[in-house]
Amino acid sequence: MNQFSMTSHQEVLTGIEADQICVDYNGTVALYDASLKLSSGTICGLVGMNGAGKSTFFKALMGFVRPSRGTIRINGVSVGRAQREQAVAYVPQSEGVDCSFPVSVWDVVMMGRYGAMNLLRIPRESDRKAVLHSLERVDLVDLRHRPIGTLSGGQRKRAFLARAIAQRASVLLLDEPFTGVDVRTEKLMADLFSQFRREGRTILVSTHDLSHVRNFCDLVVLINKTVLAYGKTSEVFTAENLTMTFGGLPPNLLKGPIASD
Amino acid sequence: MMFAFEALGSISFQSLFLEPLSHEFMRRALLVSALVGGVCGLLSCYMTLKGWALMGDAVSHAVMPGVVVAYALGLPFSIGAFVFGVGSVALIGFVKQKSRIKEDTVIGLVFTGFFALGLVLVSKVKSNIDLMHILFGSPLGISVGDLHQTIIISGIVVATLVFFRRDLLLYCFDPTHARSIGINTGVLHYLLLSVLSLAAVAGLQTVGIILVVAMLITPGATAYLLTDRFDRMTLLAVISSSLSSVFGVYISFWSDIETGGSIVLVQTVLFLFAFLFAPRYGILKLQRFDV
Repeated sequence: MNQFSMTSHQEVLTGIEADQICVDYNGTVALYDASLKLSSGTICGLVGMNGAGKSTFFKALMGFVRPSRGTIRINGVSVGRAQREQAVAYVPQSEGVDCSFPVSVWDVVMMGRYGAMNLLRIPRESDRKAVLHSLERVDLVDLRHRPIGTLSGGQRKRAFLARAIAQRASVLLLDEPFTGVDVRTEKLMADLFSQFRREGRTILVSTHDLSHVRNFCDLVVLINKTVLAYGKTSEVFTAENLTMTFGGLPPNLLKGPIASD
Repeated sequence: MMFAFEALGSISFQSLFLEPLSHEFMRRALLVSALVGGVCGLLSCYMTLKGWALMGDAVSHAVMPGVVVAYALGLPFSIGAFVFGVGSVALIGFVKQKSRIKEDTVIGLVFTGFFALGLVLVSKVKSNIDLMHILFGSPLGISVGDLHQTIIISGIVVATLVFFRRDLLLYCFDPTHARSIGINTGVLHYLLLSVLSLAAVAGLQTVGIILVVAMLITPGATAYLLTDRFDRMTLLAVISSSLSSVFGVYISFWSDIETGGSIVLVQTVLFLFAFLFAPRYGILKLQRFDV
């Protein structure tokens, strides 16, 4: 079971544990029998075609959809509790948010602190410090007063990463983080990811960019309505598995090899 | 030409602005217009950022039967309007979810249906409601009771928007993040809609049902062109909206024109100025963004 756990001496905790979950929308199956176990301190790529269930998987992990079957545990607790504890952060695609919105980089990162604030969301000194620290880590301190819309795609991505850091989330869900990213941001993200790994955060990266998965991720999950294969990136990225993921074979034909896995 | 200027010169500030204040109805009209303008201006920021212009139009039309029913039953009109405003939105959500029809079609369908119901009720229910007052507003003829009601409504709307301003801003900007940190976005959604219904009722006092949507979007749109900061945007929207309402009432008084029309026209002119001359986002682009 623990074949993918960290080899380091630190205590191995489970970041994400999905056990045979099924999700359907009004009778249409979006995901079935999907199981996944990620120990903390791992970076895992979630790879599949459009409509393969990547975003459904994310939604289930964030508690937006309830699996019709199966269970999900985040850091060993239920999704609802993890949500209340601010344990899960979602880092959106750049296209996912309206970037002509009149908010500054600082405001956006401060939104990561809202869950920890009182109802009026008045920032305390500790919140300001957390925001500043997060901005330092993504190298955006100088641009903190800039409206979010005036940032480049890569800078914007870093702003949302900073928000996740400010939230102190231990599980990060990243949606297509490599698209539209400049070299500098990519380098910074590589550094950040290895820091996250050391800090014991669990990172799940949804993408169809295979080259980046190879460079960034320890583990990879291939999905098409269900988990086709998962394991160490070097082992899972075989021609056969990738054909299975992107070749458009009907899912029922794919059940055999997984069962024998 | 010279004569005209001399005539203008003799019209003093006092006679233009202070003299109308000697009339009780004008004092009331100016008070209610400035108040309603400010309230709608504040809300308009959320409406424009959330992209709810059509929703604002729908709710403001849908309150019509509520106003008529409330009058007929002798209830405060705001209660009827609130019930129908929120009800229309719930109905829009329901029809959208249960059918294959697209949202904008559903919105159009529901609000015209409600509005038609209102028209039919007005002509059938025996009451002293003046249809023209509901459709086009009549701030110059507002009663003391209506004034009190409008003040209470405004208080509720402003208190709600101020109290929840950060949550609502987050909800408009990134609802996914809001949900993921455990904020109940469903509650915020209906909160914003409830406030919208109330503001629509307040707004129809001054400009009437047909133009109230302008109060709910124009100030926000104008302010949005002028700044990149939300706090400033709300301030600009409130100021421009209140000022246009006050000027609209004055213009209406001096030149004997429709009050609702003159208020909204002043707002539209302000928008056009912003559209042309806004430092960064005006089409003349007077100021480049220095990186």
